[in-house]
Amino acid sequence: MERTIAGKTIAVNDEGYMTDFKQWDKSIGEALAAENEISLTPRHWEVLEYIQKEYVNEVPLSIRKIGKSGVVDIKEFYVLFPKAPLKTATKIAGIPKPASCI
Amino acid sequence: MKHLVILGAGTAGTMMANHLKKHLKRPEWRISIIDERTEHHYQPGYLFLPFDIYDPEDIVKTIEEFIPKNVNLIQAKIDKIVPAENKVVMTNGTVAIYDVLIIATGARTAPEEIEGMKGEEWMKSVFDFYTFKGSLALRDKLKNWEGGKLVVHITEMPIKCPVAPLEFAFLADSFFKDKKMRDKVEITYVTPLSGAFTKPKATEALEHLLEEKHIKIESDFAIMEVDNETKEIVDYGGRRVPFDILVTVPTNKGDEVIERSGLGDDLNFVPTHKATLQSKAHENIFVIGDASNIPASKAGSVAHFEAEILTENILRYVKGEPLKEEFDGHANCFIETGGGKALLIDFNYTHEPVEGTFPFPGVGPLRLMKESRMNHLGKLAFKWIYWHMLLKGTHIPFVSATMSESGKKYDK
Repeated sequence: MERTIAGKTIAVNDEGYMTDFKQWDKSIGEALAAENEISLTPRHWEVLEYIQKEYVNEVPLSIRKIGKSGVVDIKEFYVLFPKAPLKTATKIAGIPKPASCI
Repeated sequence: MKHLVILGAGTAGTMMANHLKKHLKRPEWRISIIDERTEHHYQPGYLFLPFDIYDPEDIVKTIEEFIPKNVNLIQAKIDKIVPAENKVVMTNGTVAIYDVLIIATGARTAPEEIEGMKGEEWMKSVFDFYTFKGSLALRDKLKNWEGGKLVVHITEMPIKCPVAPLEFAFLADSFFKDKKMRDKVEITYVTPLSGAFTKPKATEALEHLLEEKHIKIESDFAIMEVDNETKEIVDYGGRRVPFDILVTVPTNKGDEVIERSGLGDDLNFVPTHKATLQSKAHENIFVIGDASNIPASKAGSVAHFEAEILTENILRYVKGEPLKEEFDGHANCFIETGGGKALLIDFNYTHEPVEGTFPFPGVGPLRLMKESRMNHLGKLAFKWIYWHMLLKGTHIPFVSATMSESGKKYDK
């Protein structure tokens, strides 16, 4: 399905995750963050850029890996993106929800 | 003479020995299988031990009785694999040179990954049921327990048999009902997932069952530590869940030999092609069962389906033919729901579990995603099938290695 956000049309799945990362830009990221009651700081952006880079390189994401990345530890990750940080961060970053669970 | 070496004589390794001895024969080939243990455990039985449904002797046999005579069983601890030299080094100094290597070293629990899990309360009020020892300790604890807060918990995914913790919660409900003390026990199911299971339709059915059995669910719980003093599990977001008995599934990791050999990912699972089961790093190394990182369930049924396809691929590999990209992630799991009933789910990489009939479309006798007595009998019969057919590599009649879509109700 499609929706409009920050004045642009994006493709999303039924859980609201973007299905085409190429459509993502920073203004969309800001708007998605606002919908999740987060206002993005430079620290948020460092984490978002890291997970986008991993996604582009086809590295599967998990909370464990992010904790060991050296970019952010798990505690801070929870402070930045409360409750379910990996799900929220990937949604804002415009990439699919990690399929870490079988 | 060429040498095929299998590492690990558990479910997957034993099945491969039985399959391959029919095809790779002397004088061209010899087959060896290496394991440090002497006992073979029926791991699905660990679930039943705490509730006195099975006794230890139901689930323990020797490794030796399942390894065919013409396969060389080596009882030794593996130190490391050296792929550049096609060799396996054992801690006693022995070396095995291979032409083809099959890694079947499985997965094990690693409670030391979480702070406080292996603390003072370990095996006193904090238990696992994924080890023989843990399961027996839990049986003894439950025998005289007078009630309180029972927390069933998953640390992180992936784990072996992802439905087992749910089954544990259902069986506990049933166990305390039978003991006429269900009203004294509060059962909470704590998971890092967003719901009861990883696939949407099954999650819906299972959450309904949890509700029916008055089992509370705490989802999206990423554990940070076990607080031994207050007897609580604490997540990174600051949530705390108190327990009187914690039944946890610790982090599951691949064998340490994988780490020592530099062949694994961050959880020591070996990166493997998901359709051919060939390792990504070395073309003469294949991986089966829980040891691989493929996105399929870590379960005996999966290893059984993989074994049929891997046997064919190894025969193709030794003849220099291209491998078949055939494995579809097929899994088939009974889910005990208590009260003498069970659910059955059948799924693969692309098709989630749905309702229907199995294995005969429209007939059954087993019902998919619905509780029934017949499914429970199927689960109990599976122990016999495991010892007498599965390990020996006998094809299970009417159940194919790749998943069948007939008899199932998929949304169009």
